[in-house]
Amino acid sequence: MAAKGITDKVAIVGMGCIRFGELWDKSLDDMIVEAAYQALEDAGIGPEKIDAYWFGTCNSGFCGITLSEPLKIQYKPVTRVENFCATGTDAFRNACYAVASGAYDVALVVGAEKLKDSGYSGLVIPPQPDDGTKPNYSAPAAFSLLAPAYFKKYGLEAGQGKEVLARIAWKNHRNGAKNPKAQFRQEITMEQIINSPLVAAPLGIMDCSGVADGAAAAVIVRSEDAPRYRKDPIFVKALSIICGPNHGGLHQDYDFTTVRETYMAGLDAYGQAGITDPAGQISMAEVHDCFTPTELVIYEDLGFSRRGGGWADVLNGDFDLTGRLPVNPDGGLKSFGHPIGASGLRMLYEMYLQLQGRAGERQIDNPKLGLTHNMGGFPWWCVASVCIVGKEPGAREGR
Amino acid sequence: MLGIVAYGAYIPFNRLDRKRYKEFFGEPAPPGEKAVANYDEDSVSMAVEAARDCLSAPEKPPFNVLYFATSSPPYGEKQSAATVAAALDSPRQVRAGDYTCSLRSGSGALLAGFDAVASGAGNALVTVADCRLGAPQSQWEQISGDGAAAFLLGSEKVLASLEGHVSISAELLSQWREPGERFVRGWEERFYISRGYNSIVRSAVEELLKKKGLKPSDINRLVLYGPSPRYQMALAKSMGFDLAVVQDSLFSTAGQAGAANAPMMLAAALEEAAPGDLILLATFGEGSDAILFRATEKIRDFRPGRGVKGHLASKKTGLNYNTYLKWRQLLEYEPPRRPDFIRPSAPAMFRELKKKYAFYGSLCTRCATPQFPRQRVCVNCQARDEMREYCFADKKARVATYAIDYLTFSQDPPTVLGVLDFQGGGRILCEMTDCDIDKIEIGMEVEMSFRKLYTAGGVHNYFWKARPKRQGV
Repeated sequence: MAAKGITDKVAIVGMGCIRFGELWDKSLDDMIVEAAYQALEDAGIGPEKIDAYWFGTCNSGFCGITLSEPLKIQYKPVTRVENFCATGTDAFRNACYAVASGAYDVALVVGAEKLKDSGYSGLVIPPQPDDGTKPNYSAPAAFSLLAPAYFKKYGLEAGQGKEVLARIAWKNHRNGAKNPKAQFRQEITMEQIINSPLVAAPLGIMDCSGVADGAAAAVIVRSEDAPRYRKDPIFVKALSIICGPNHGGLHQDYDFTTVRETYMAGLDAYGQAGITDPAGQISMAEVHDCFTPTELVIYEDLGFSRRGGGWADVLNGDFDLTGRLPVNPDGGLKSFGHPIGASGLRMLYEMYLQLQGRAGERQIDNPKLGLTHNMGGFPWWCVASVCIVGKEPGAREGR
Repeated sequence: MLGIVAYGAYIPFNRLDRKRYKEFFGEPAPPGEKAVANYDEDSVSMAVEAARDCLSAPEKPPFNVLYFATSSPPYGEKQSAATVAAALDSPRQVRAGDYTCSLRSGSGALLAGFDAVASGAGNALVTVADCRLGAPQSQWEQISGDGAAAFLLGSEKVLASLEGHVSISAELLSQWREPGERFVRGWEERFYISRGYNSIVRSAVEELLKKKGLKPSDINRLVLYGPSPRYQMALAKSMGFDLAVVQDSLFSTAGQAGAANAPMMLAAALEEAAPGDLILLATFGEGSDAILFRATEKIRDFRPGRGVKGHLASKKTGLNYNTYLKWRQLLEYEPPRRPDFIRPSAPAMFRELKKKYAFYGSLCTRCATPQFPRQRVCVNCQARDEMREYCFADKKARVATYAIDYLTFSQDPPTVLGVLDFQGGGRILCEMTDCDIDKIEIGMEVEMSFRKLYTAGGVHNYFWKARPKRQGV
């Protein structure tokens, strides 16, 4: 059943990412043009070299025309992809498969989302007409369900649990302060986080990622062609997308201390990349820290920590920029906000920079393998993606 | 023998101490507290709860007639009894009808129910609920409370037999409300008490006693509707009743629940009745109905789920008047920075009738896993189309985990989201209501309650929520 994968068959030769934020002065088109041309310039090519396009947006537009119009694409294939928070990663994944298949030589992937024009707080997914039986809750509430379940299972007192969550937010903001492309570039104290106003108890506002506009892009070619574009291409090791059956919403055996889709996407990706010891082999990761408890369970679902050990590891600094496995070195969703279609590519952008040694003051010492992870939906009802990229083709030893 | 086979009541969990009026308006207020329907309750949802209280025995007797009586129907046009019937998982061939507009609609529905039983229609379930609104600072507001009662009428296993009745119709303006108006209005009290309540109710009661050859002293319980306890007692005394037999009006514990007031008092009287007791019910509203019951031996064998007594004992006090105003949408407040609710889709509700109203899911016949909502493919064993219907409405459940949501819009923030695990299997995520935020914990027991989630496009959107298990008898 496991995916065979396309390990080392394609490489990234150019990437772009605009500064995320409340971009009152930029339209979706502006963001698309800037991210796409950054990627093209990074690859050293013009748009005429692109054979096909993939465009990820959750809700900012429909159809490939949303991309072809602003870029004035000259009658070429554009596929619009939507897969909740995995939208950007799934657009990338599909472009990789198309290039690996030989159907196209060069593909451009763009992910973009305009959230700040709605006037609403948070994300807004237009509702489908239905029978009116869905409970009314916010996204932070849905993810906060993880907190009491995790605390109770592993015997954390409420205050201790709150500190663990705050430590995650603290770390990510600390990293984001070093990133010129982040929405928020400020370190936040533990006290500020712990005392922030409650949004969905025990989560305060500082346990939540921001809301931002953003766009990012990547140029993909087959690995054998990559040296023609640059000396330091980044190779795609694994691509996984997993959608679950809403098991946790229907079945009592799900206990809200894990996200099965994340776990399965990890297994799938590790299988493709030949990784047997993720904690030892993965150099660094960009994961979906939409809310602090999400990141906590990700450590365990992706095998960075043992079950029930994530909370102690984060308090120990294991996932800090200087820790044993830096997580969200670019500042994460916490510092970037979460323009849905762009986030997956923004994560990939950080892995790309880190592997090329271009991450500036965030640079991790000689990383070999980077992992990105998204999850869209809710802990019990979601799509998860894991993507692994590496510095060298064939190298599986990691650090 | 024609009579009452089962009875039940519902009184909302939240109570408003009438001291709050004094605090808010700086004017004297009557003593006691009143029951206040939560923002997600109305006459229909309360009628459903009372009916479930009435039909809480493991073996639910069938009924072929269902009446819903209220002076505060949620719709000007659209039958509410159909909603109550759907929520109670009634058979399709039920004769459903609404009795509205009058404070006497409860007793009118009871008499119509008896007529239906007498005509051979089978058992009749009569639900009465009211959630009347008096204008802020008005006497109506201070007096009124919210509540419901339900009676199953039949001709077998009768616990209180129908002994006789008298009805008087009298066109007399005491109180009224136009369609589209929110608040009840009334004529000068001195007029409608002297020429209305006192004289009309007296006529009905005296006529009934005469018809049955009884004296006031023969009556063990007088269930007398009263515009206030003072008028109730004065009339009872003037008719020659010993005040000790006058059933408590619920004024100081639940408030005066309009058309449901006397029926709730009747339920309370039945809870205390002994075999042989004569119970006289008398109502008022554009006339009067006087109905005489005699408790049978079977009165000892029946207990409602909680009844009036149990519901009165299970309460949350401390409600603020400003919260009350918000619940009743009497206070303008900043709208949420979220899109408006959309009205539910009629075809989707039609398809999911049993899910939405009677709270059915499905049970996999291969692996026996209950699941909500119904599934085609089993979540546990992936068998396709091997499901049968499975009702979760009466299943006990426990909280697996929960969220306290300060962000999502609610008329009563924070919203509590519960993950509920049902005894016997099955899980849902649903909103919780009537919660004490500080007492929510993993493992706590909850029960399902039929509620109004929201109103959009003029459509009242009903569905089930969970509430912490209410204490009761």
